[in-house]
Amino acid sequence: MTFAAIVRKPIDPAHVMTLIGADQDGASILFLGVVRDHNDGRSVEGVRYDAYEEMAEQVIAEIVDEAVRVADTDRIVAVHRIGELRVGEISVAIAVSSPHRAEAYDSSRYIIEEIKKRLPVWKKERYSDGAEEWVEVRKPDAAPAPQAEGS
Amino acid sequence: MAPVAWMYDHVEIRTLFFASYKELLGTGELQLVLPEGATVSDLVSTLRSRGGAFTVLPTVPAVAVNMTYADPTSLLRDGDEVALIPPVAGG
Repeated sequence: MTFAAIVRKPIDPAHVMTLIGADQDGASILFLGVVRDHNDGRSVEGVRYDAYEEMAEQVIAEIVDEAVRVADTDRIVAVHRIGELRVGEISVAIAVSSPHRAEAYDSSRYIIEEIKKRLPVWKKERYSDGAEEWVEVRKPDAAPAPQAEGS
Repeated sequence: MAPVAWMYDHVEIRTLFFASYKELLGTGELQLVLPEGATVSDLVSTLRSRGGAFTVLPTVPAVAVNMTYADPTSLLRDGDEVALIPPVAGG
């Protein structure tokens, strides 16, 4: 089974791992996106994620469905948290299990990259000097995205 | 004589703004009336022509129609929900 969701409560990685795994799977992996204490040389106190929630629910489910086709496993979970998060808290969790490691890694990587390109979620960082700013993600590569900006 | 647009059918569009666009415009939602045959691009032009903060919107922002990303040339239908999507930053 697959599971995809936008949530407001803290993400429990142990619980996420219980949703994947099967007797035929020899690989289980977990990716966590975590709020870090700095960005672009500024000290970050916390972040707020806003979403176009109804659309984000649809898009994250679509991305997971695509990952099923990419990796030939349907033991996939992707959860993105929104609202106020502190440094060290988990913003996104992706868990995949598959018979061999390559499919699990490919699928997990596909999901996080697509989330960064097209999930309608925005991040406002709060800095230690009291300032706040919406983050515009830079493009580290020229990967085609279905919209003007992405990463 | 009534303005030309009103002599033809028109479409009502629920327009949504998020994150930086919402803050910029001071609202998360506007109801717009456009002539039938209007496209996503026409909607953006109409918004920008309101002046003030609206002129700061990109000329070709990412747009979702009924929660699916849409091209500037996409035709709008009565009752559509159109969202202007600032650069996303999930993950």
